Amino acid sequence: MLLVLEQALNGVQFGVTLFLMAAGLTLVFGIMNLVNLAHGALYMLGAYLAATFYQRTGSFFTALALALVVTLVIGILVELVALRTLYERDHLDQVLATFGLILFFNEMVAIVWGRAAIYAKLPAWLSGHIQVLPGIRYPLYRALVIVVGLLVAVLLWLLVNRTRLGMLIRAGASNRTMVSALGVNIRLLYTLVFGLGAALAGLAGLMAGPIYAVQIGMGEEILIQVFVVIVIGGIGSIKGALVGALVVGMVDTLGRAFLRPTLATVLSPSAADSAGPALASVLIYILMAAVLFFRPQGLFPAASR
Amino acid sequence: MSRRAAVLAIGLVLLALVPPVAAAIGQPFYVDVFRRVMIFAIAAISLDLILGYGGMVSFGHAAYLGIGAYAVGIPAFYGIHNGWLQWTIAIVVSAAVALLIGAVSLRTSGVYFIMITLAFAQMLYYLGNSVEEYGGDDGMRLAARSALGVVDLRNGTTFYYVVLALLVLSLAVGHRLINSRFGMVVRGVRSNEPRMRAIGFSTFRYKLVAFMVAGAMCGLAGALLVNHTEYVTPEFMHWTRSGDIMFMVILGGMGTLGGPVLGAVVLRLLEDLILPAWTQHWQAILGPFLVLIVLFAKRGLVGLLPERRDG
Repeated sequence: MLLVLEQALNGVQFGVTLFLMAAGLTLVFGIMNLVNLAHGALYMLGAYLAATFYQRTGSFFTALALALVVTLVIGILVELVALRTLYERDHLDQVLATFGLILFFNEMVAIVWGRAAIYAKLPAWLSGHIQVLPGIRYPLYRALVIVVGLLVAVLLWLLVNRTRLGMLIRAGASNRTMVSALGVNIRLLYTLVFGLGAALAGLAGLMAGPIYAVQIGMGEEILIQVFVVIVIGGIGSIKGALVGALVVGMVDTLGRAFLRPTLATVLSPSAADSAGPALASVLIYILMAAVLFFRPQGLFPAASR
Repeated sequence: MSRRAAVLAIGLVLLALVPPVAAAIGQPFYVDVFRRVMIFAIAAISLDLILGYGGMVSFGHAAYLGIGAYAVGIPAFYGIHNGWLQWTIAIVVSAAVALLIGAVSLRTSGVYFIMITLAFAQMLYYLGNSVEEYGGDDGMRLAARSALGVVDLRNGTTFYYVVLALLVLSLAVGHRLINSRFGMVVRGVRSNEPRMRAIGFSTFRYKLVAFMVAGAMCGLAGALLVNHTEYVTPEFMHWTRSGDIMFMVILGGMGTLGGPVLGAVVLRLLEDLILPAWTQHWQAILGPFLVLIVLFAKRGLVGLLPERRDG
């Protein structure tokens, strides 16, 4: 029972990481109609930068702030240089061009940091455990990730639903020609939204760094899981991204933890040993196929699409 | 014969001349290089059938490469080396998986379709990684190349001409399909699906069959690829492989049959020979090159060949 609770918390923690990625991706798609495969590259950069800055400065928070700002700047630069020309192109062009960007970023990381995985350290005061319930201890850092993730979700909701910028974002998503006709600088709005998405991806990456290995390809691995989240949640919907992310995070984590022991109660141990991990690794895709079968537009389809 | 068809025919003749020339200059290595090129050309043609002609942006095409490869590797693991059987399994299983993936993903369109095909391919990739019997993420060695009776694939030159023959066959099948009634419908769906539905075609079924044909053809390429490398790993299905094949189609020129072949030749030579000889960080060059091709040369290399409009 204790193990179940711990794994459930891990599921939430993975879910909020997925959400930070999915929110940026779904905003960019909902507003600019851009499929950005290079979103994972920003996640990777966030993780690498935070690890390096922490090593150099010795201050965890300085490192996080620097990494976040640099990722934001890189994101905005990428938007200005490459992606801006892609908004009017079809999805195939966007997929290929951003695929090209991934190759570029991965190789640049290999040039700067080398091909071996690096390990992001945690400061001593963050590596302890906290008491969640009597008798249940949970790593402090993972708990912090959950809190930050949920906090960002709330802030994002406030931003989109309660501010002028959010109003413009919503308006841009439903009719961008009209918004620019009303005198809004839509180019600037696009750049801002893209920067926001980049910062969220960077945040997800820098928080994930100390939990998973920081390595080339980490961005694509999570990107494809984020696609599953978005397909399940419905493209362009932040609410869908949150629900989808938590569901996928939970199913994936619990599947990896408990599928093998559960199967072992019905199958022979050796059969469970081979079927368990195999089934666990494909569980979220089966879930995606099932959702699509009943709701091809995802659980929370954005109204205008 | 149109100019493009003439160029394609000359290209195939040049490919046929590779083994004697390589033997003459004492570089048998080039037989291997171009055999690999042609295997990827078959995969690229199969993708072009749905991408270029059908307008279905499948980003998970490498999955069938992997299925074809494992369809040879797994029987070989159990001591079954009969090539006819292995290759039949490769084609049939690839078609069946394409049927399943297509049945789910073709219910959607646009960006959903891209993400879903990618996700399913990645699912198979992880599946390959986690099944330890067949090597898991290390992959497994192919004990022996497929046995095809009198045709001995262990002879590199013989294998080369088998692949060339299958490439020509793929082009012929592609040509027949595209110009058949079925092909017309698929191309019509690409231009205007609601109109095709309105005049009474069940477009979903046509798209699904095209998706299956493409999957089966790529499965065959996978069966050839595992014989070529004599090794099978889940990396065959990695999503960058799908991106690679898609890039070949775009680079050469989608919606043409010669385009994917040309794209496969250029990209494989760039990735396997030219760029790595120059710098180990060649992907840092290839990436921006890809972006530039997409932005400025959408019609691909074939688009550079002038041709009279023939529809």
